[in-house]
Amino acid sequence: MAGSEVKVLGTWASPFALRVHIALGIKSVKYEWVEENLEAKSQLLLESNPINKQVPVLIHHHKPICESLAILQYIDEAWPSAPSILPSDPHHRAVARFWAAYIDHKLFTWLKGVASAEGAEGKKVALDQVREGLVVVEAAFWKCSKGRDFFSGAGIGYLDIVLGCFLGWLYVAEKRNDVKLLDEEKMPGLAAWAIKFCQHGAVKDVMPDKDELLDYANMVFQAMPKLNGQCPS
Amino acid sequence: MAGNGDGVTLLGYWASPYALRVKWALKIKEVQYEYMEEHLPDKSPMLLQYNPVHKKIPVLVHKGKPLAESLVIIEYIDEVWKHNPLLPQDPYHRAKARFWAKFADEKCVPAMFRAFSKVGEEQAQAAEELRENLKTLESALEGKQYFGGETIGFLDIAVGWIGCWARMNEEVAGVNMIDAEMIPLLSVWFQKFLELPIIKECLPPQDKLLEHTKEFHKMLMMATLT
Repeated sequence: MAGSEVKVLGTWASPFALRVHIALGIKSVKYEWVEENLEAKSQLLLESNPINKQVPVLIHHHKPICESLAILQYIDEAWPSAPSILPSDPHHRAVARFWAAYIDHKLFTWLKGVASAEGAEGKKVALDQVREGLVVVEAAFWKCSKGRDFFSGAGIGYLDIVLGCFLGWLYVAEKRNDVKLLDEEKMPGLAAWAIKFCQHGAVKDVMPDKDELLDYANMVFQAMPKLNGQCPS
Repeated sequence: MAGNGDGVTLLGYWASPYALRVKWALKIKEVQYEYMEEHLPDKSPMLLQYNPVHKKIPVLVHKGKPLAESLVIIEYIDEVWKHNPLLPQDPYHRAKARFWAKFADEKCVPAMFRAFSKVGEEQAQAAEELRENLKTLESALEGKQYFGGETIGFLDIAVGWIGCWARMNEEVAGVNMIDAEMIPLLSVWFQKFLELPIIKECLPPQDKLLEHTKEFHKMLMMATLT
């Protein structure tokens, strides 16, 4: 069956699984998507990722690869024909990896912090932290893009995917808290980038509808108000 | 000024395991470099200029361009100096090495820090979590001499420092971290790895590190009392 040699275990709402969707799309790789129910994880998921039991998992030639950033680099290496996901120059690759670590360890942690923050003051502090993080990434955007459309230049690449997967959840945080996070005035580069990213061919058909994501988030957070971030990695 | 021309400069701190693993990578690759010691907690203007985002060491400066984050730096070193490769060639094994390095950094190291800095029940739980996570890490050895196979590689230098620091932390904090019965293969690997001349000669002086660890622990214990 076409594409059965490449399987992705993911959930539609997971930004980390979205990264894998987009990367495989860039490489025009056919794959089978397996939608996991995180309340009742499949045997395949538990066997493929026994350590963390999380999505996404990429299964290629029956071998599982876990952790979204490791998966992105695997996809770039296993399907080396253009377009590339990571830059070719070692320094630019290192800069991309540096910012990917910042986005995952700092920005995403702060975004999760918005959901778990308590009280008006707590929420404000958490939201301010996300904005500060975005301002830092805005500066990185100008340095990396050098005036072009994306972090990676003319086309989307590693950093675009690593950050872009969170756009839906940023929108959710904005709507649920009635604030602007990705502010066109403070972050004009990222604001323009976000629009182009969402319209990109490898993104627009796989990115979850942001209002569906909002409905889902409202439902989840209503059911479990003290949920401490629910995006699996 | 650091990094002029084609030179390599490493900004580090003598007691930092993150600077240490970059030193190991440079040593394995036989790269000549200038080492600049940061006198932490004071941070030099150079460090603040080269790593404005995190203001932390290690920072590698190559041809005037700085890079931060130790595992990012190690991959850069591996890509620029191609002999004695650190990461495996095969994409699947490279992905596994990256997965395990992340596991160690995110699951083993924080547990070790909590087991070192907490007391009572919190300490006991953290120590148990660390021992279990080290057991999980052991499975990545897959019966090989080193994580890299016959010779050391990326994952060995990414996690090997834990063996040295854990032994020190055990002595100072009075809690078991490396349980040789629970992790017989990893224990042997820690010992072998840390005895390799190329690895051992980069280690900070052990008596000085022990004193430093004791002082740090004292400071943490005083903070928990206030």
